[in-house]
Amino acid sequence: MPLLSPTDQQKLREWFAGMIRPVRLLFFTQTIGCETCAETQQILAELPPLSDRVSIEEVNLVLEGDRARQYGVDRAPAVVILYQETSQPSEGGNTNIPWVDSRIRFLGAPAGYEFVSLAQAVLLAGGGPSTLSEGSRQRLAAVDRPVAMQVFTTPT
Amino acid sequence: MAFYSPKITSYAVEATTFPELARRYMVTGVPKTVVNDEVEILGALPEEAFVAQALEKFTAPPT
Repeated sequence: MPLLSPTDQQKLREWFAGMIRPVRLLFFTQTIGCETCAETQQILAELPPLSDRVSIEEVNLVLEGDRARQYGVDRAPAVVILYQETSQPSEGGNTNIPWVDSRIRFLGAPAGYEFVSLAQAVLLAGGGPSTLSEGSRQRLAAVDRPVAMQVFTTPT
Repeated sequence: MAFYSPKITSYAVEATTFPELARRYMVTGVPKTVVNDEVEILGALPEEAFVAQALEKFTAPPT
């Protein structure tokens, strides 16, 4: 049974219609000792049917440790958002174009309001409109050293 | 924010799934934002205030 109501599905379809680039959700999972991996998989599976620009790739945190390290992921469930610099529509992305790291990650199941945040991040990575003010963008452009921002939330 | 600065990586962390992280950063309420283990912001702020407070220590002074 789908988690999203038909109304929410339609709303997201309209949002994602604003995407101009393919987006891939790298889903880091593990078989043992991950209570919310199955829930995360179920949540993520709701997205690709809503846009031909959204795809999911499952990565085993243990068996594919190199890829996990490449993205600085050390726990599951984790979602890393990638995109391609192309406007060519293609189911699941174009194979000959590299995926770019948006540097946006979700640790833990993106349930409740976090699902909205995830959908917004997908839209942003896909070239959708940004809501950031000009002042904020100028501050962001002035960041001169590596910054890791962790935002802690709980399911609501 | 990560999307607009190549220096920034952002993590949305579900605190109840990773209690060890919540403990390490002393998360007593949400949302709580931790920037480079140095800056902490508890609660939500208007966008520009949030960006300013989060990044103040990590931006070059205006020239």
